[in-house]
Amino acid sequence: MLLANHPLPGKTIPGDTASRLSIRAAEDTARFSLRIDPAAVQAAGTAFGTPLPTRIGGMTATGGRSALQLGPDEWMLTAPVAESDGIADAFAALQEPHSLVDVGHREVGILVEGEAAALALRSAIAFDVEAMAVGSGCRTLFDKAQIVLVREDENRFRIVVWRSFADHVWGLLQAVSREIALGI
Amino acid sequence: MLLIRCPYCEAERPEVEFTYAGEAHIARPADPSALSDDEWRDFLFIRTNPRGRHFERWRHMHGCGRFFNAVRDTVTDKFAMTYKAGEPRPSDEEIALAGSATSVGEARP
Ligand SMILES: [Zn+2]
Repeated sequence: MLLANHPLPGKTIPGDTASRLSIRAAEDTARFSLRIDPAAVQAAGTAFGTPLPTRIGGMTATGGRSALQLGPDEWMLTAPVAESDGIADAFAALQEPHSLVDVGHREVGILVEGEAAALALRSAIAFDVEAMAVGSGCRTLFDKAQIVLVREDENRFRIVVWRSFADHVWGLLQAVSREIALGI
Repeated sequence: MLLIRCPYCEAERPEVEFTYAGEAHIARPADPSALSDDEWRDFLFIRTNPRGRHFERWRHMHGCGRFFNAVRDTVTDKFAMTYKAGEPRPSDEEIALAGSATSVGEARP
């Protein structure tokens, strides 16, 4: 990760006991955008070391690696930073036509946790966040910024956003966490 | 907020995630050089622009990214159904059936 222009290094919105909400910049991870024919999804899963989901919004994870299907032929792969080169090499050996792009530097992660997490996200997301299944994810809009939203747990969400939009998203989260803390 | 069903995501998603992409089922001429200027103009610019039922293309821009087709009433703005790109124009019966089966309350992201 290019830290020089990282908009949110080590930032947190701690909230307080009243707000039931904590927001922080997520740990750095390796991220790839994979495009491949869905018919070859099994071979791709073998290369990645984790079977890929076969349904849009579906997610799989094993041993620190996770895969989220974003579109009919599109997956977002994440892994610990140190495994980045190994993943690129594994896909280079894959015989199926595909495109694997390292987008680890393009995006930053934000973790939104706590009982009020869904409430905070609802302030800027137009679909029913509460109804989202745990262990699923999707691309959507946060206010006017495109994000990938993942529900990691009942009360823990991860926002993955382009770094140039991160300040905007962060500012809105800061404002809404203040409102929640004040019970407005 | 208008909810639109994406046939690829198989979910009702908010309208802001979508972009409109013009009338559907307009096939590019197989041999463009054989067309007269008027025919080429018609292909490029002339659309049905109906009052009522319209077959149109949409793109799930801020979602799965796919283009798909929809049947929408241009007067009421009601979506009767959506279907995948490349599928044939649905019949009246199929549209009526889809309309009666619609249940917006079951929206799942
Ligand atoms: Zn979609």
